[in-house]
This record gives sequence, structure tokens and C-alpha cells, in this order.
Amino acid sequence: MIPATFEYHAPTSLGDATALLARLGEDAKVLSGGQSLIPMMKLRLAGPAHVIDINGIPGLAGVREADGVLSIGALTREADLEESDVVRTRYPLLHETAKVIADPLVRNLATVGGNLAHGDPANDHPATMLALGAEVVAQGPRGQRRIPIASFFTGPFATALDPGEILVEIRIPAPPARSGGAYVKLERKVGDFATVAVAAQVTLSAAGTCERVGIGLTNVGLTPIKATAAEGALRGKRPDDAAIAEAARLAAEAAEPAADLRGSVEYKRDLVRVLTGRALRRAVQRAGEAR
Amino acid sequence: MRVQLSVNGEKHEADVEPRLLLVHLLRENLRLTGTHIGCDTSHCGACTVLMDGRPVKSCTVFAVQANGRQLMTVEGLEQDDKLHPLQESFMSQHGLQCGYCTPGMLMTGYAFLQKNPKPTEDDIRAAISGNLCRCTGYVNIVKAVQHAAATLAGGA
Repeated sequence: MIPATFEYHAPTSLGDATALLARLGEDAKVLSGGQSLIPMMKLRLAGPAHVIDINGIPGLAGVREADGVLSIGALTREADLEESDVVRTRYPLLHETAKVIADPLVRNLATVGGNLAHGDPANDHPATMLALGAEVVAQGPRGQRRIPIASFFTGPFATALDPGEILVEIRIPAPPARSGGAYVKLERKVGDFATVAVAAQVTLSAAGTCERVGIGLTNVGLTPIKATAAEGALRGKRPDDAAIAEAARLAAEAAEPAADLRGSVEYKRDLVRVLTGRALRRAVQRAGEAR
Repeated sequence: MRVQLSVNGEKHEADVEPRLLLVHLLRENLRLTGTHIGCDTSHCGACTVLMDGRPVKSCTVFAVQANGRQLMTVEGLEQDDKLHPLQESFMSQHGLQCGYCTPGMLMTGYAFLQKNPKPTEDDIRAAISGNLCRCTGYVNIVKAVQHAAATLAGGA
């Protein structure tokens, strides 16, 4: 399969890249890891007249935790996120997510920024970032702005980025003491999109009640879904079996899955319930072990 | 567009259309047909090559993205008419039947053993999870990688 012709641009600075994007508008697509864009172009589901390759722009990759924030450069490869020590030890939810995105070869190129900016509700990082309360940094021709992740996904393959903007960084608040998270994904085979996946992040109070709760759902709607009713039901409560079951029930209610080869609407909705329960139990257990 | 790249230590230059895929540059322009095209949808891994040391699916990379990069294909494993221990292991452990996935398995296995010279079986299975084989059921491929790890460590 051969993509349609396009003009290739390889800017070496963010300024050049955003100027190009602003000028070319809807005719241009940003190429980061290319692991979603190139297959779509080969299948002729996408046919941008211009491709702007941002891989030559320095400073867009890297993971570091400072001043209470985990900063992930948009060009950070999933393989590097998976191998990052700070992510593995402090952000189990992120680590578990990176490990199940596509397959190891795809993860050598695929980027965290691309996984979000693509706006695909079947991608894994959106749910993770919703659960973690992340914000993304968008660079436009006239400067930067921060966008809370909860208002980033505006529709299927659509985000709050303006045509001239590039996602340059993801910022995640560092988890307080007694925090834990988990990502639970059911996939038919390595490399397939999730049938359903659930991200959960929990912070416990000293008394053992849920102080903070984040729950994100993958591939059960037109956008990634933040299960706010489920989060609210658990907040302030002790995470016992009954409370988790109730949160899981509410998460399933928030899901709007479509039937496809991976399963029926009923099956997927019930899977949200089951996987939310599992993700919450694992998150709570990790929160209990974390200091 | 003009691209310059190194393949198996040799410098190459080519004039390419931006839409040319890396696997086509390797197979058609450079006549390195050891790299296979399988699914052409970034699932099967038959087209795996190393780009700056990392295994990637060359059907899902534009040739222009390889400009200035170091590439290694299955043809680069053999040195001085001697097969690499990993290739020898695939032979001795029957790690292939039809052989279609083998170039990809070898490149993934080669990069993996450099990073993880003493792997567990689970490590190996996770590492090759992006490379599909429809003949062997993976058992002998895993054995071949284990055998190569032992050989490279001087234990066999």
C-alpha cells in the first residue's frame, strides 16, 4: 500500500514548525512517531497534502520529575517511557500503560504526544492521563498554553489543539503519599486496540478513605471517557468491596461502546464494570503499599 | 528528495519521493531483499530493521525519515562469510519453517540480546510479541534465542 503524494517538511525549530502549521492549516499533519498516521495514509484514510516531521526539533523528548510535576516531552518514545526509572517506580499506571501499547517494535517509534494528539478513543494514554489529571502544553505561533486533559478530547480524532498548534509536553501532578494506580486492558492479541481498558489512580487519606480518585476508560465511546460519577461515588469512602462495586457499576453506565468484531455493546459495558473493579483494587493495594 | 543513509555500515544516497516507504527503499532501490514485506499494516514484523540500533517496522517509516540514520538489515548479521550466532541458533534449533518471518525475528532478537544478554523465557516472548510467525508456534524461536544467548555468553 502506497500513500498518496505529499510534500515533506522537516523543520528544525518549534518556531518554524508552528509557522508552517499555521500557514498550511488543515492541509498539514504533524508526523511524530508515525505509527498511527502512516498506516492511515497507506490505507488512504488520511491524505494530508503536507507532512511536517517534528523529529528533527531538539528538546521535545525526555522524562523528568521536578517541582511536583512529571514532565513528559511530546516526542518521548513509548519504549523510553516504559524504561524510565521514575515512571516505573513512581507512576505504575503510566508504566503499565506504556507496556501494553501496540507492540515493542511500534513502541520504539510511537510517541506519548502522538498517542494523545491523534485523538483516537482507542489509544491507551488518553484514559491514563484522564485518571492522572494531566495537562498538555500546546505551542502555537504566538506562544504556549496549557490545556487540562479533561477538555482536550473534543470528538473522534479531534482535540482542542488549534490548527497552528503542536502538543509539546504532558504535565502530570506528582502523586502524593499513599497513591497508586493501575491500567487493566483486555486485548485480543498484542498489537490490537483494546476491547476495553480502564485506568485508575487513587490516593488514600491517613484514615484509609479515598482522597483522590481518577478513572479513565479506553475505546468505549467516541472520545476517551472520564468516569466522573464513579470517581465521585468513591471519593471520601473507604474502598471496600461494596464501594468499589458501586464505582464499577457507575463506570459501566458512563461507557458508550459500539458493537464491533471485539464484542457486543452489552459485553463491552459489562467488561468496563469488571475491569474497573480490577483496576481500582490494584490501585488501592498499591496506594496502601506506597509511602 | 535526496536522502543519505548508512545501511550495514555502507553509505548510500538515493533520490526518493517523500511517500516512499523505508522497506521499499531497501528492497527496490538498494536491492536488499532480505527484509520482507508481510502484512504491510505494521502488525507482522517481517519488515523489521534496526534504525540507530532500535528495531522498527520499515513498512511504517518513510524513507525520508531515515535520512542521516544508521540502518541494519538481516544482510548485516553475517560477518566475513560467517553467520551470526543468532542465525546459527535459528538453524540448529529449528527456529524457522517457511522462513518468511525469520529476517524480522532475527533483527528483533539481535537488538534484544544486545540489551538483555541473559533473558528469561518471558522476556524473550515479550520482546518478539510484535513479530508474528504462523509456522512454529514460537517454541523453537524462543529456544533459538535462548541458545544464541548462551552461545554469546560463551556457555555453549
